[in-house]
Parts: sequence; structure tokens; C-alpha cells
Amino acid sequence: MKKYIINRIFSMILVLLVVSSLTFFLAKAIPGGPFTKEKKVPDAILKNLEEKYHFDDPLWKQYASYMGNLIKGDLGPSFRYDALTVNDIIKKGFPVSATIGFLAVLLSIIFGLPAGIISAYRQNFWQDNTVMFFSLIGISVPSFILATAFMYFFGLKFKILPIAGWGGFRYMILPAITLAAYPTAYIARLTRSSMLDVLSQDYIKTARSKGLSEFKVITMHALKNAILPVVTYMGPMIAAIFTGSFIIERLFFIPGLGKYYVTAIYDRDYTVILGTTIFYAFFLVTANFIVDILYAFLDPRITYEEKK
Amino acid sequence: MFKKVLIVVVALALIVGFAGCRPAAEETPKVEQVLTYNVGAEPQFFDPRKATGIPEFTMLLNLFDGLMRYDIQGQLVPSMAKSYDVSDDGLVWKFHLRDAKWSNGEPVTAYDFEYSWKTALAPETESEYAYQMYYIKNGEAYNSGDITDPDQVGVKALDDKTLEVTLEAPTVYFTSLLTFTTYLPINKKLDMENPDWAKSADNFISNGPFTITKWEHNHQIEMVKNPNYWDADKVKLDKIIFLMVEESSTELMMFENGEIDFGNNPPLPEMDRLKDEGILTISPYLGTYYYMCNVTEPPFDNVLVRKAFAAAIDRESIVTNVTKGGQLPATAFVPGGIPDAEPGREFREVGGTYFEPYEPDKAKQYLAEAGYPNGEGFPEFVLLYNTSEGHKIIAEAIQGMWKDTLGITCTLTNQEWKVYLDNRTKLNYQIARAGWIGDYTDPMTFIDMWVTDGGNNDTGWSNPDYDSFVATAKGTGDQAVRMEAMHNAEDILMDEMPIIPIYFYTNLNLIKPYLKDYYISALGYTDFKLAYIEEH
Repeated sequence: MKKYIINRIFSMILVLLVVSSLTFFLAKAIPGGPFTKEKKVPDAILKNLEEKYHFDDPLWKQYASYMGNLIKGDLGPSFRYDALTVNDIIKKGFPVSATIGFLAVLLSIIFGLPAGIISAYRQNFWQDNTVMFFSLIGISVPSFILATAFMYFFGLKFKILPIAGWGGFRYMILPAITLAAYPTAYIARLTRSSMLDVLSQDYIKTARSKGLSEFKVITMHALKNAILPVVTYMGPMIAAIFTGSFIIERLFFIPGLGKYYVTAIYDRDYTVILGTTIFYAFFLVTANFIVDILYAFLDPRITYEEKK
Repeated sequence: MFKKVLIVVVALALIVGFAGCRPAAEETPKVEQVLTYNVGAEPQFFDPRKATGIPEFTMLLNLFDGLMRYDIQGQLVPSMAKSYDVSDDGLVWKFHLRDAKWSNGEPVTAYDFEYSWKTALAPETESEYAYQMYYIKNGEAYNSGDITDPDQVGVKALDDKTLEVTLEAPTVYFTSLLTFTTYLPINKKLDMENPDWAKSADNFISNGPFTITKWEHNHQIEMVKNPNYWDADKVKLDKIIFLMVEESSTELMMFENGEIDFGNNPPLPEMDRLKDEGILTISPYLGTYYYMCNVTEPPFDNVLVRKAFAAAIDRESIVTNVTKGGQLPATAFVPGGIPDAEPGREFREVGGTYFEPYEPDKAKQYLAEAGYPNGEGFPEFVLLYNTSEGHKIIAEAIQGMWKDTLGITCTLTNQEWKVYLDNRTKLNYQIARAGWIGDYTDPMTFIDMWVTDGGNNDTGWSNPDYDSFVATAKGTGDQAVRMEAMHNAEDILMDEMPIIPIYFYTNLNLIKPYLKDYYISALGYTDFKLAYIEEH
């Protein structure tokens, strides 16, 4: 197991290296730059700016300089926001996005898992049909429609929750529910199909014939195996949710990290593009790594030991 | 024992109870003087010497006070300057500063102004708006590095209260320029000790009606009334909260819920309803929406073709049915709202109109004269605009008008903002959508765009007579001469039509009726110095 972990860590570092390099060259390849504006910047000033940020250096030199700073943990200044460095942006934005993200993930597990289990257990009965109906809505209705509907009804019309903004638990409720809609629906369906598969297996029949209570059969025997696909899904899902949704954060006026993934490209803010991409990649590879380790505990058939 | 405790507790309760009672004749609570304004964006630069966006202008003009300021009637009044003298040749201006303090109690001196302006022009400051100061002697030379000694720049503090400015050429509208953010003073001592002062609210020192108390990035900025402001008696608002809500539908919901008093981004699909309900405020805006032509290659290298396409646009229909925001059809390039030489008259009024808002017959005629009767044989071309729902529907409407009147169907292409700008600059287009907001209230901000090789001239158009009229207007302080030269320039521009004006902008805002005495400048920013909230 130890050898596996070390191998994985090496490959994770390799992945991050490739991702950052690709992003760097891609970002520099698209037309326009941070100083491309409608009211043209005077030539002398433009020249100064390009010198200051070494845009006139050969590309490989800029790349080496960026990677050098990256290793030291310095993600550079933002070209778009004079008052912020990329480290600032991530430090301020991530905790906000992660808070809502955490709530959304919690909701999706608390509601999604049991919904899927009940649905599978009572296949084709009304419980199954109800769960499937709502999960279809959760998966198909775009988040901005849900968000606007929630904001209008709960915020503007009935005034029980804030429309938008950030400053306490009340502000987190609607965004977290909106963010949780799709994952909850997806987890419900995933759990259901996985459970249906597992419940038809022989060892379930064995467990029942041994006289175990239905509850024990479902939780200790069936769920433990059925949950594998869900765990697989949750790795990337958590990474994506925790780093912030552009749509949710923009609609609900939440100062998270999500908006920068889109605006940085629009602004050609190279350092923010790279910083946010690397941050997300790091999160994603780590989440996947944890998922793979969890497998070993969940399913004894999966082992990372070397074959003797 | 218990009885003693009980007596003490009862006594205490009675005391507290009576203390809480208020005498009947207490004043009725005034309405809270707190304004919530959606500025809509996180600032890029919060240093007045470097700021470039209208959200920044609004916030900085409320934090700082320049030599001159506009009052709510739109009159230019001396502000930090008590008075000023101008030399006979119009080149040397002496500003006499009033007694005024920075928000930290230190006196504002002419040395602060001198330092501010010189550093704004310094190449190492990299101010994108330094060109606003090129009117000052050697301003451009210093900014471009041709001279390196800042003392050669024509701004000098003669003493604490006297600022002497020498101009390159007589500039009659120099006083209106002084209201612009780039000319605002900063605290010299602060900047020298802490060059990063403009990056947070912590050490921020300003001299205007308000001071900054909070800056939560990407969320909001809070300002409170500045007790050290020289005119603090006139400031009625206690606090302004500048929110940074970017989504227009969210802003609208918060406005309707009473959480925002002033929003600057009403969604286009709601225009009709907002107008009907009376919540939409329409203000003048010094800006023109136009299509620019690449005159260096066919088909728009032919002036008759350009005039044909210009005449085929039904501008009234566009502003009534498409943009719906009270915009005005543009039958010239320079919008209204700019004074001409004769007091009381506007440049647009004197210049008149150059064509009718819609001339389909003339359009067909021009096209035939150009060699494409009824559009036969006209080459294919692309109408380029930057990705946006608003530009799309205008482009589609105009595409339809060209088809109906000229019999020509063009292709519409939208590109991402910077890709589009890049292609425009490289003349990699045939006809493209554009817009221009004036930087100051003089026709020159619109006229000098189209000189040969002008930085903002993306058309490839060049006319030496035009250039010479612009040079004349820039070289004299005589308003009559200047205005005539600029009218002549506009005549040429509209005669050759390298750019096709479509409509003049309006500034659309959502403003609660109980907010009074704010000033919306035609340049786009809002001044809350005298604003207050009425009982409602």
C-alpha cells in the first residue's frame, strides 16, 4: 500500500505539471491580452507594462519564471485587480465557496443516498416513482432557473430568506440547495441502480437466509458494495463544488472563487487563469486519490498490495 | 434573606424599566441616511491617478475632491480651489486653494496636487489615463519618456495654497477636465511612505465628502461621511454602501425588495415593464453607438457604399423597438449635451443633422451609383460584434433592414470581447459594431478619434483636411475658432462616413424616488456629495 501511495503522489505531481504547462501555453496563445482595451492604452505606457511583466521575453523564459515562482508558492499578481494577488484571490474566495460547497455536498448525501436506497428497495412502487420524478427534475432543470425561482419565491415574494448576498447562515441556504439539486438527483439515481444490482446478488440471499434483519442486510451488506460508484462520482463532484460554481455565485452575489474561472479568461488575467486552474487540478487529483484509497477499505477485493 | 434579594431585584427592575421610558416629547426618528448603491464591479485601480472605469470614477469622486466639481445643476464650481486666475495668453493658470484637510486631519496643500499630477504622468506609474493630462506643458513628453525631469512638467506649487499650471496650448475646457479622477489630489506623505495605500481600506486617506471604512473584495465597499471635509456641512448622507452585484436580474430583485436604492444595470428584457412602472430613470450620456467600416478594403472602401448602408438603417425603429431605453437616433457623430462657443447653445444644435434618421430611397440611389443596383453583384461581407445579447438583436435588426432596402444579406459574426478588439485593431474585419463614451465635456473627445493613425482609429481612414481642422482646434483657446474647426471636421467625417452613427446612448438606472440631490454626470459617474434620503 505504501508503495502505491508513493507512486500515486509522483503521478499526481506529474499531472499538475502537465496541466499547468498546457494552460500556460494555451492562455498565451489566444488573441488579446490583459491590456487590450477599447480605449487604447498609449503606446509608451503599453510598452512599459509589457516590460514590467516580461511579456516581451521569449515564451519559454516567461514559462520558466512562472514555474519557478509556482514552486515557491507564489502565484503572482492579478493583472485585472491591482489590489489583489492570485494568492489573495484564492485565500479569500475559496473558504466562501467551500462553505457553500460543503453544505451542498452534505445535503446531497443526506437526501440522495436514502432516496436511492428506498427507491431501489421499493422498485416500481410509489416511493420509486416519486424519487425518480424529482431526480429527473434535479438533473434536467438548469441551475440558473432553480436559482432565480428560489430567489423570487423565497426572497422577493414571501421574504423568508435573503435574495442574495453573503453574511451569515441565512444567506447560505438557497445557494446550497440550488447547488445540491443536481448532485442529490444524480446520487439518488446512482445509488438506486447500484443497489438494484447488488440486491439481486447471491450473497444478499445468503445474508437474508442467515436470518439477519432487513436493515442490517441493506446497510452492512448491500450498501457497502453499492456505494462504490457513488464514491467514485463524489471525488470529482466535491472538487468541482468546493472550488465554486460561476453561475450560483454570480446569481446569489457570493464572493467566492467560482467567478474567476470564467472572468479571468475574459480578462486575459494569465496569472489568475493559471492559479485557479492549478488549484482546481490539485483539488481534483487529491480527491481522486482519496477515493481510490477509500476503495481499498470498502471492497476487500480491491487491493494495492504487490502480488507475491 | 430571600426577602432582601427580592426587594433589590424588584428595585433594579423598576429602575431599568423607568430608564427605558422616553419622555413623550422626544423627536420623531429621522429616516436613516444610508444609501445602498450597486456599483456592480470590483475596482481595478483604486488610485485616482490610475483609475479607468466608471465604477471607480463614481467611488473615487465621492472619496476625493478636486480643484473643481460639478453641482447638482451641472454647473462647474470651484471646490478645492477657492478661485483661479488665467494669464492673458490662456497658458498659465494659478489656483488658490482653500483651507481644507485630509481625512486624517492634515492640511491639503498645493504640494499634494503637484506631487499627484507629476506622479500620474510618470511613466513608471503606468497610468492608462495619463493622456488626460497631456494638456499640461511637457505632460506628454514626460509620460512617453522624451524628458526625464519631472520639474519640467508645467505644474508647480508656489506655496502651500497656490498651484501654478502651465498648459501646452490654451484650453478653454481645462476647468471641466479638473473634475476628472486623474486630476484628483492624493496625500503626498502617504504615497511616499506607503505606495500600496490604494490597495485596501486600512490606510486610505482622502479629502472628499466621504471616507472609506470597509473594502471587502468582490463584495462591497463602505464609506461614511468625512467630518474633516471642508464642505462637510452640506453632506447629508451618513453612509454609502457600494455593492458589487454583477448579475442584472439579481440587482433588479434586490432593488424591488428595497435592499438596493440605486442600481445601474437594468436588464434589457425588462425595459418596457420598468418604464411603465416608472422605476427606470433615463439620463443623458455622452456616448455614440456606431458601426465602423474598414475603408482599406472592399466593399467598404467605397464612400457611396458606406453612405448607402448608413441610409438604409431605420434608427427610430432601433431605439423604439430594440433598445427601448430612450436612446436618440444619431444623425451625426458628436452627441448633444456639449456646449458650443455661444453661451446657451450646444455643439449638436449648431452642427445640426447630417442626414435623416432613415432614408431608404437615398440608400438605394447610393448603392446604384456605387455600381450595385438593387444589390446585384455585391460581394459577401461580415458584420462583426462582440458577444452580447444586446448587440446581437441590434445587429439582427440592421441585417434585416439592409436586406429589405438594399437586397443584400450579410453574415453576422460575434466574437469574444478581446478577440473582437484585437481583430478590430488589426483591421481584420469589414464592418464592426463600436461604441464610444466621451472622456470630457467637449466635442474634441469625439472628434480627435479619427485623425490619421489615431490610437483609437480602427478604420484605416485618413483625411489630411480633417487632421488639420483637429490641429487648429487643439492649438487655440478661442472657442469660436475651435468650435468652427470641429464643425468643419465633423462635416468631413459625415461626408465620407468611415463610421456610421446609429444612436446616442442614454444612462439607464434604477433609482428609488426617495433619493434626492444626487448628480449623474453625462460622462457616466454619479456624485452623492449633496444627496439625501427623504421620508418615505
